[in-house]
Formats: sequence, C-alpha cells, structure tokens
Amino acid sequence: MASGRPGRFITDQTLVYTFTRRALVLGGLQIGLGGLLAGRMAWLSIAQKDKYDRLAESNRVQSQLIPPRRGWIVDRHGKPIAINRTSFRVDLIPDRLQDPDRIIDELRGLLDLSPEDVKRIKDVLDKAPGYQPVPVAENLDYERYATISLRQADLPGVAPSSGYARAYPLGAAVAHLVGYVGPASVEDYKKNHDPLLITPGFKVGKEGLERTMEPWLRGKPGAKRTEVTAHGKLVADLTTRPEQMGNMLRLTIDAGLQDFAARRMGTNSGAVTVIDVANGNILAMASMPAYDPNSFSDGIGQSEWAMASADDHLPLMNKALQGLYPPGSTVKPMVALALLRAGVPASDMVVCSGAYRVGNGLFHCWRHGGHGAIDMHRAIAQSCDIYFYTMARRIGIDQIARMARLLGMGEKYELPFRSQRYGTVPDTAWKLAKYHKPWTAADTVNSAIGQGYMLVNPLQLAVMASRIASGQVLQPRIIGNKHYGPQGPPIGFDSEHVDFIHRAMRDVVGGGGTAIAARLPVAGVEMAGKTGSAQVRRISMADRLAGRAGALGTGGDWKLRDHGHFLGFAPFDNPRYAIGVTLEHAGHGAAAAVVARDVMTWLFAPERAMATLAANEAQWGGGISERMAAETARWDTAHLAGPTPEQEANPDPATPDAKIPPGERGD
Amino acid sequence: MSRLSLVPAPIARLPWGVLALVCAICGFGLVVLYSAAGGSLRPWAFSQGIRFCVFLCGALVLSRIRAETLKALAVPAYVGLVAMLVGVEALGAVAGGSRRWLDLGIIRLQPSELMKPVIVLVLAWFYDMLPAAEIRRWSAIWPAAALVGVPFVLVMAQPDLGTALMIVFGGIVVMFLSGIPVRLFVGGIAALVALTPVALGLLHDYQRSRIEIFLNPESDPLGTGYHIIQSKIAIGSGGIAGKGFLAGTQSHLDYLPEGHTDFVFATMAEEWGLLGGVGIIAGYLLVIGWGMRVARRAATRFGRLAAGGLATTIFFYVAINLSMVMGLAPVVGIPLPLVSFGGSAMMTVLICLGMLIAIDREGRAAAR
Repeated sequence: MASGRPGRFITDQTLVYTFTRRALVLGGLQIGLGGLLAGRMAWLSIAQKDKYDRLAESNRVQSQLIPPRRGWIVDRHGKPIAINRTSFRVDLIPDRLQDPDRIIDELRGLLDLSPEDVKRIKDVLDKAPGYQPVPVAENLDYERYATISLRQADLPGVAPSSGYARAYPLGAAVAHLVGYVGPASVEDYKKNHDPLLITPGFKVGKEGLERTMEPWLRGKPGAKRTEVTAHGKLVADLTTRPEQMGNMLRLTIDAGLQDFAARRMGTNSGAVTVIDVANGNILAMASMPAYDPNSFSDGIGQSEWAMASADDHLPLMNKALQGLYPPGSTVKPMVALALLRAGVPASDMVVCSGAYRVGNGLFHCWRHGGHGAIDMHRAIAQSCDIYFYTMARRIGIDQIARMARLLGMGEKYELPFRSQRYGTVPDTAWKLAKYHKPWTAADTVNSAIGQGYMLVNPLQLAVMASRIASGQVLQPRIIGNKHYGPQGPPIGFDSEHVDFIHRAMRDVVGGGGTAIAARLPVAGVEMAGKTGSAQVRRISMADRLAGRAGALGTGGDWKLRDHGHFLGFAPFDNPRYAIGVTLEHAGHGAAAAVVARDVMTWLFAPERAMATLAANEAQWGGGISERMAAETARWDTAHLAGPTPEQEANPDPATPDAKIPPGERGD
Repeated sequence: MSRLSLVPAPIARLPWGVLALVCAICGFGLVVLYSAAGGSLRPWAFSQGIRFCVFLCGALVLSRIRAETLKALAVPAYVGLVAMLVGVEALGAVAGGSRRWLDLGIIRLQPSELMKPVIVLVLAWFYDMLPAAEIRRWSAIWPAAALVGVPFVLVMAQPDLGTALMIVFGGIVVMFLSGIPVRLFVGGIAALVALTPVALGLLHDYQRSRIEIFLNPESDPLGTGYHIIQSKIAIGSGGIAGKGFLAGTQSHLDYLPEGHTDFVFATMAEEWGLLGGVGIIAGYLLVIGWGMRVARRAATRFGRLAAGGLATTIFFYVAINLSMVMGLAPVVGIPLPLVSFGGSAMMTVLICLGMLIAIDREGRAAAR
C-alpha cells in the first residue's frame, strides 16, 4: 500500500485531524440511523396503526360463531312442518387437545362410539387445522351430554355444547316437499369461505324448500367473543352477540292433507297433488315412497343410503315434479276442449267398432267390442279411444297441442324447487325439430289418448285439473307468506264449453263412467274427474292375440304394468279443490281414482277419510314410519349378515333399469 | 475543580449526567419487565435490577483503571478470549451440538460476548502502536483484518451470526477511525454486495431462512416470520401514546415471543407507544453521543480509537436490535442492552461504559 497522497506526509497530527473528521461522520451516521429507526417506528405506529390495531384485535379476540336457528316452516294454518329441537353434541378442539389417544379412548367408552366413528374422528383430527372443531357425536341424550360436561375438566379439548337440530314432525310425508338439511359441502365453503359453514352443528338446506329457501330460512349467526392467549387459553369472556333466528316460511300446504295424501298412497309409488281452485295454492304435494328427513338431517349411514338408492320405488325422487309419464286418457277432457274450441259440435257422433285403421296400422279402443255410436259427452264418460282418434284427426295435432299448453302441460312453473321436469307436448314443429321427420296421422292418434310422445309430471295433471275446474290460467303457488300478483287470466273461451266438460267429467265418476270407484262418500259433494292408464310399453299384436290387453297391463312384472292416473275436482258444480294422482305401475287409473276419492273426502269429511285410512293401514302393515322401520330391519338382516341364499335367488334390485322408471325418459 | 464539597473528588468527577441516563434507561427497562411478567417483579425485573447494580459497580471500579493499563491488557485479553472460543468449539465437538458458553462453575461465560469490547481494544492498541507513516500501507490492514477474522470465524462456527457481525462491525469502525483510506471501505462494501450470494451459500440453513423470512415475513407466519409479524403488530398497535402500563395485549397474551428478551422493545412500545420508543432512542443516542465526545477529546490515540469503537459498539447493539424488532433487519438474536432481560449484553455495555469513563477521566485531566 505505497500509495500515500502525493505531497502529503502523514504525521500523528494529521491522524488526529482525520480521526476527528471521521468521528464526526460516524456520529452523524449514528444520529441518522437513530432518526431512521424513530421514523420507522412512527410509520408503524401512526401511519399503519389501524392495520396493526386490527391485527392485534384479531389476535386477542377469538370469535366463535353461534349457528342461527333456522326459521320454521309451517303450513297454511301455522301447523309446524319443520321446526328446531334442542340437541346435544360433543366436539374436539384439536388445539386444546392433549393426549388425543387417551381422550378418544375415554370418549369411546362414554359415548359408545363405534370403531368406524373412532377412525373417522382420528382421520379428521389429523387433517383439521387446530382451531377448527372436529365433531365427535351429535344428537346425544341429555344424560350423556351431562356426563361429558361434568368431566370436562379432565378432558381438555373436549367441547360439549347444546344447539338445535331440525325436526320434521310429519316425517317422510313431507320429505320431498321440504327436503332436509345437512352440513355444508366443501364446495359451498370454497365459494366464499363463510366461517359459519364450518361451524359444528350448522346445517344448510340440501334438498327441496330447505335448499331453495335457504337465504330466507338461515338467519344470522351470533358470536361468542372470548379473549384468548396465543396458546388458546381462555382469559375472559367478552360480549356475546346473540344469533338471529331465520324467517318463518309459511306454505300454502295443509299439513293434515299432506300427511293424509302421503299415507293414503300406501305401498304405492306415486304422487298426489291437491290445488285450491280459488287461487292456485298447492294444498298438498306428496311423493311416495320417501326417505325420513329427520334421519337424513342427522346424517344417514351408508346402509340407509344404499337401501334408498337400491329401491325400485325411488324414495329419493320427488315424483310430483321429476316423474314423467304418458298422461293416457286424462288428456281426453283437454282434447275435447280443443275440439269444442275448433268448432266440433259436441253432438257429432263417431261409430266405435273397437278398432281404427290408420294406413297399415290398426288402433284399438280399450273396450274390446267397441262403444257403437258415441258423442263427445259419452266419449269422455266412457273414455272411448276411437272417438278421440277420429276427432283429433279432424282438427289436427297443433290445435290440440295449443290447448294442452294452455292447460299447463309442458310448462315449467315458478316454484321454488330445484328441478322440475316439464314433459313434452308434441306437435308438428316439435317432431320436425327433434326427429327431423314429418308428423304422421298415427302420431295424432297416439297423442289424442295421451300416449306416444306426450309426457307430463303429476303436478301438471293437478294444474290441468285446476285450470279446467276454474276456467282460469291458474299458476300453482306454494309460498304462503309471499305476496303474489293476481292469478292468471281466464282461459278465454265459452263458459258453455267449460260447463260441458265439467258435466262430462262428472259422469266419468257419477254417471256410470269409468271411475265409479271415485264417488265421494259425502252427501251433496260430487267429484268430476278422468282416469288414465298409461302404457309402459307398446302392446304388441301377439299380446293382444294372447289375451286382453288390460290383463297384461295389470298383471305380471310390476315394472311392466300400466301407470294409473286420475285428475279431478270437487264439488263439480262449484269447484273448490283440484286433484292429480299418479300411481306408478298401478295397473289402471281406477286405482288412482280410489286414492283421489279418499284424499278429496278428507277435505270434506276428515273423520270418515281417517277411518278408511286406519282400516287400510292395518292391512298394509302400519303407517309410513312403521313400514319404513320394518323395511330397514329386513334390509339390515339381508345385507349386514351377508348375502343369504334367499336373497341371491332374488333379482338384484339395483339393476340400472330399475332406477329409471320407463315413463320418465324424454322431456 | 474549584468545587468545594463533602463529596470526594474522584466521585464528584464522575460523568453524572451519563450515569443518570444509563440508570434511567435501565429503570425504564425494569418497568417494562415488570409489565411483561404480568405486573410482577418476578421472575425478571427484580433479578435484572440486582444485576444492574452489580454490573454498574463493576463498571465504576473499571473506570478507575488507567487507560494505559487497558492498553496493556488488550492483547492478553484478546489472546485469552480466542483461546476460550477455541475451547468452546472443542467442548462443543465433544459434547455435541452448538455451544456458546463456558461453564466456570459460578457463572457461565460467553467469550464471544466479551470479544465485542476486546476487539475494539486490541485494534486500538494495534493502530496506536503502528507508526503514523504506515497507515496507508498493507501493514496497516492485514494484521487488523487477521485480528478481526480469527474471532469472526470462531463465532460464526458456533454459529452466532449476530455476534460475529458485531465483532466485524466493531473492528471496521476502529479501522475507519484509524485513518486507513476511505476507498478501501467503499471497495469493501462493493465487494460485499457482489459476494452476498456466495455468503448466503455459506450460512446455515436456519440463518438463511431467517434472512428469507425477514424479506418476506408473511411467507412463514407460524414459524420464524411469526416473531417479526407479532413484533410489528405490538409496535404498530401501540400508536403514539401506547395502550397504557400493564395494558399490552400482545405481550400479556403471549402473542409476542421473547417479549422480555430480544423483543422487549416491542413490549415497551405497545404500552408506551411512539413516545416511549423515541424516548429510549434519544436516551441511547445521548449516551453514545457522549461516548463519541469522549473519543474526540481523548488524550491519546489509543483512547480516541478505543472510545470511538466502544461507543459505536453500544450503538450497534441498539441499532441492530431495533431494526430487528421493527422488521428492518433479520432476526439475529441481538438483545437491547440494559432493557432486555439477561446479563451478557448488560455486562458488555457497562464494561464499555466503565472504560469510556476511564478514558474520559484521563482526557479531561489532560485538557486541564
């Protein structure tokens, strides 16, 4: 390092001078750095104070959400359909858990946990973040809850709590109507990370009205605020904000009627819908068989799910809205209205010889020998197919389709249900668009008796009945405490036509027609209606030659039997209630007519209806819940004990065919 | 000294202003430790107070030693400490794991801690001995570099990045004050910047992760970044006037880790706010400023260099610790002297103070 500054000799004195200068620089740097640190501190504590205040607060205060009670669902009279009952539960708080194995072992003894439960708890515990409670057991009886509460001191991390669980007093009878509730799914939570969704005990609507009316029913969560240390130790309870119960949902449903309708269907698979003709209110909409929404809301076991999925009566499907069936002869009043509107005089006669030729095809009347000469009134009352084949061809399919739509077929209604399958009203344009084929005379003939491409759901049958009964475009309604606008316009044609149809339909029931069985046992109240038997498969010539088509429709394999429909209204001279009944594979519309009779009877003479039902249920092996319990027991013995020889001999109930009822395809 | 009084002259001549300042800083620290213990003298405030009294007495005894003696002791002390550092390493190798202290039975001695003032003394000794004419030669640099390098390597091996850096900083300050060319420092800084990636490669994993987390504390909110985040929350939420004595939630609810040791400043700031923080910073700057004045008026070259280095050593403690708690520097484990609970830093700072008083006494005597 020989590079001293030229011309300058370094002495002790110059070093003192250098030192002083550099010491001042160093002192300046120190003061500068000190100022910088003070400035940094001012930045943190003044400019960013709000941010850090918030962070300090969120450190200090732990909010635990209190799930809100769901709003009640009540019927039109305020009778409860879905309510909340007190329930006791136990959770684990992973953060506070010491020695999880010992504690889970103790809980197993105290709560009778199955090995399956223990495995689930341990699995969840491994993955759950420390602050998130892990459910151990729900719906405990008070004694168990009290035992855990008393022992809480030696069970760190175990959190017993009391909350509310959903209860449906009518059970399976309202299952498809209101649905059920359950814990929010992972997808729900991922949408907005609402912490309420992962609060133990909180449930969201999973199906039916519980699902679609979720925002109205949910309520606002409360919060329990506690001051905690970094180690999660509770220091003090801060103010608690109470939860706010959800809104009450009033339905147009009459709970008594709903219950009766569901029970009256007995062992059948089907749907019953009743509509108030005055305003379109749905008074009952029952689909059976059904699941028990109480046990579904508590969380069902795998075997319960497997059993429901395997059942060929489809207890998981709301047939009133999702079942699609050929309407059969129930369309005849509608077709007759179309004929009248098109100017066909009701007095025009058709000679029914029992068979009708269209090109190469031969179409039969249900009555083997034919009806002879027949006019419109008798054609409806006797359900003569040939009359409608002939007349339908006279006005053509498009006029019929227009009337069908006017009466609610093929229509999707404004109802708070997630899926409605609204069926098919075929016409020339529809066929061309869908199959790229022209409409044929045979298509018209099929459609005239509600076969072929035509498909409806059971609710549409009831709506059609309500529109025929009222002569008004009634929209079905189900929410009682919602303000609706005025109902739809009058259907807009001659009231004489409507009266004519009413009379003809009355004679179906009361005038020696096809539904004598549907006569109401109530003095002074007459029901008007129309039956329908919808073919599940085409009846071949071979079948026809082998025997009566009806015998084939009613006998043999359940899945091949005809569907039975009935639509009607009462009293026929001053309609108040419209009804639609569909019984899958019941063989004939008369079976549906009998159910409609009893449901209608309930509206006018409930005691009498209940007496009939009591007798019936004694035959069927008890009410809905008893029969479901017996079925579960049978299923359990058959499946939990391993396959028995007897069961192996039976056809597998879970074949894919069985899951889709034949009438349901297409829409 | 025309003062006629009952007080003996040596005591009257003590720099009472600085001693009062040091006592005030430590006293404030005791108040903070009292709060950090949840409003209790135990376990920290009481023993810290006792320790301060003992070390302060030690510092006053040290201040009676003549600067010449300090100079004479510099080399033996340095050699002794290097030997102890090697001993710590050897023991660590035998016992396994990292060791920073020697257990001498009565006290646990951290040789690396004592090395901070001693490196200043030994370099002051070296430049005092070096003829003025050689200050711009290699011979002025390599021995000093070696004197710094040996303890640096040994302390890094412990591994203790914070202390090792402070030893280097102390050495560099004395070299700067000694008058070696400025461009060496400029070049050195440039080289350091260039070599940073290489240096990062030589660090231990935990040291590297501390630096990475310092650069982005949110990347590891539950691990090492947690310290910085919680410390900033405590300081920021304290605001201008603080939450009030005993009312800090970050410290009392244990969200702030090390709230009585390395992060004691955050504990203080939460309860006393910006005013308390600026007060402490100002207090330290006054002490350090006094130390720098002692350096400027010292009678000898050894005194000047030693005083400047010692004052700056105190400054490094404060600056590194405060940068760390405010999120301006990685967490390197440097306590806030006199305030943080613990003896080592307090002892070092009071040793520096004692030696500064000793140098000051001679300086003022020479000036009279």
